[in-house]
Amino acid sequence: MYEFEFVRPGSVAEAIKALGEDEAQPLSGGQTLIPTLKQRLAMPSKLVSLTGIAEMQGITASGDGVSVGGATCHADVAADGTIPALSALAGGIGDPAVRNRGTIGGSLANNDPAACYPAAALGLGATIKTNKREIAADDYFVGLFETALDEGEIVTAVTFPKPEAANYQKFEQPASRFALVGVFVAKTGGGVRVAVTGASEGGVFRWSAAEEALAKDFSASALDGMAPDADGMMSDLHGTAAYRAHLVGVLTRRAVAAC
Amino acid sequence: MPQVSMTVNGKSATGEVEGRTLLSTFLRENLNLTGTHIGCDTSQCGACTVHVDGKQVKSCTMLALEAEGAEIATIEGQAAEDGTLNAIQQAFQDHHGLQCGFCTPGMVMAAASLLKENPKPSEAEVRHHLEGNLCRCTGYHNIVKAIMAASGQDVSAIAAE
Ligand SMILES: Cc1cc2nc3c(=O)[nH]c(=O)nc-3n(C[C@H](O)[C@H](O)[C@H](O)COP(=O)(O)OP(=O)(O)OC[C@H]3O[C@@H](n4cnc5c(N)ncnc54)[C@H](O)[C@@H]3O)c2cc1C
Ligand code: FES
Ligand code: FES
Repeated sequence: MYEFEFVRPGSVAEAIKALGEDEAQPLSGGQTLIPTLKQRLAMPSKLVSLTGIAEMQGITASGDGVSVGGATCHADVAADGTIPALSALAGGIGDPAVRNRGTIGGSLANNDPAACYPAAALGLGATIKTNKREIAADDYFVGLFETALDEGEIVTAVTFPKPEAANYQKFEQPASRFALVGVFVAKTGGGVRVAVTGASEGGVFRWSAAEEALAKDFSASALDGMAPDADGMMSDLHGTAAYRAHLVGVLTRRAVAAC
Repeated sequence: MPQVSMTVNGKSATGEVEGRTLLSTFLRENLNLTGTHIGCDTSQCGACTVHVDGKQVKSCTMLALEAEGAEIATIEGQAAEDGTLNAIQQAFQDHHGLQCGFCTPGMVMAAASLLKENPKPSEAEVRHHLEGNLCRCTGYHNIVKAIMAASGQDVSAIAAE
C-alpha cells in the first residue's frame, strides 16, 4: 500500500469537508478498498473513514419499507428481516468476517458487476440517498463500477420499499463467493421487477422481457425457454456469455418459484 | 505518526502506526502477537481472523486506526493463563483438526464466534460459517468434526466419513 493520511470524522458534514481536500477517498468497511490498496491499484492521499458516523448506521423499518444507513454492515441487514429477501441476500455475501465489516454504501458505490446489493436495489426499486440528493435505483447504476455519484458525494442511506413478494437467487462463483449470476425478482404494487447481476458487461440490469411476461402471468412457467441475449454478457474462465445468459433464465424461474 | 490505543486480550495496547498500518501488522509487528497469521493478499483465506468488539473480522482487511478504542481478541488470549487449551483448541487437538497449523488460529477464532451465536450448530452450519477460512491440508472434515465436538455434540457419525 502507498501511504495515506487517515481521518475518522463523526458526522456527514465533516466527512464531506474532509473529502473536498487533496486526493481524498471514503473508506467504509474496507472489504473492497483495502484489497485494492494492497494491490496498489488506488493511490488516495487521504482516507476518510465513514465508520464513526452515527447518522449513517442502523436500520429503520416503517410501514411501507426499510431505510438502511449507508455505513450499516451486511451482518446487520442479514439479521433484520423486515424484507426477508433483502436480509437473505445480505446474509449470503462473502463470509461472516466480510459481513461484519462490509457495508451497503460501499457495495453500492463500488458497483462491482458481480455484487449482490445492486440487484436488490434495482430489483426493489430502492432510493439511494446521498449527502445532497435522492437517486432512484433506475438512474443510479451507470455501468461497470460506475454510478451516478459525483466526486466527493457519499451514500448516506438506502430506502427499500416493501414488496408483495421477492426472492434473490445467487449462483456462486465458488472461489470468490461473488455472484457468477444473481437474479432478484420482486412483485410490487407498481409491477414486477427482475434485476440481474453478474451477467452483463454493463453491470446490473433489468430484464424487461421477463418482467413483461411475469406481469401477465407471475409463474415460473411464464418464462419457459426464455433467456436474455448472450450478446453483451460477460465471458471469462468461470463461464461463457452463453452460459451466463442461460443461467439468468434458470435463476429467474427459480426466484419466481420461490416468491 | 498517529497513535492508536486498543485493548488486546484484556490488556491495553498503544503504539505509533501509519495510516496504512493494518490491524494484523499492528498485532504481529508492534505487539509481537504472531499467532495471527497472514496467508493471502486478497482478503480470502481467513488465517488472520480475530474478534473486534466480539465480532469476527479479517485483521488484514482493517486498518489499525479503525480499531481505536476497540476490544480485540486474538488466538493468544484463547488458552487459560496456565496454558490449558480452551474447549475449541482441545477439540482441534483431539480430533486432528490441524496438520500444518497455518490456518488454525483463524479457524479457532471463527469457530469461537460461531459457537457464541449458535451453541449447537449443524454440520452444514459449521461449513457455511467457515466459508471465509481456507485450509490447504485437512480437507475440512476434521475441522468440522472438532467444532461439532467442542459444541458438545456427538461426532461419531461424522467420524465414519
Ligand atoms: C472474500 C470476499 C468475498 C466477498 N463476496 C461478496 C459477495 O458475495 N457479494 C457481494 O456483493 N460482495 C462481496 N464482497 C464485497 C463486499 O461486499 C464489500 O463489503 C463491498 O463490496 C464494499 O463495501 P465496503 O463497505 O467494504 O466498502 P469499501 O471497501 O470501504 O469501499 C468500496 C468503494 O466504495 C467507496 N465508498 C465506500 N463507502 C461509500 C459511501 N457510503 N459513499 C460513497 N462511496 C463509498 C470507497 O471509496 C471505495 O471506492 C466480498 C468481499 C470479500 C473480501
Ligand atoms: S490474510 Fe487475511 S484473509 Fe488472508
Ligand atoms: S492445517 Fe494446514 S492450512 Fe489448515
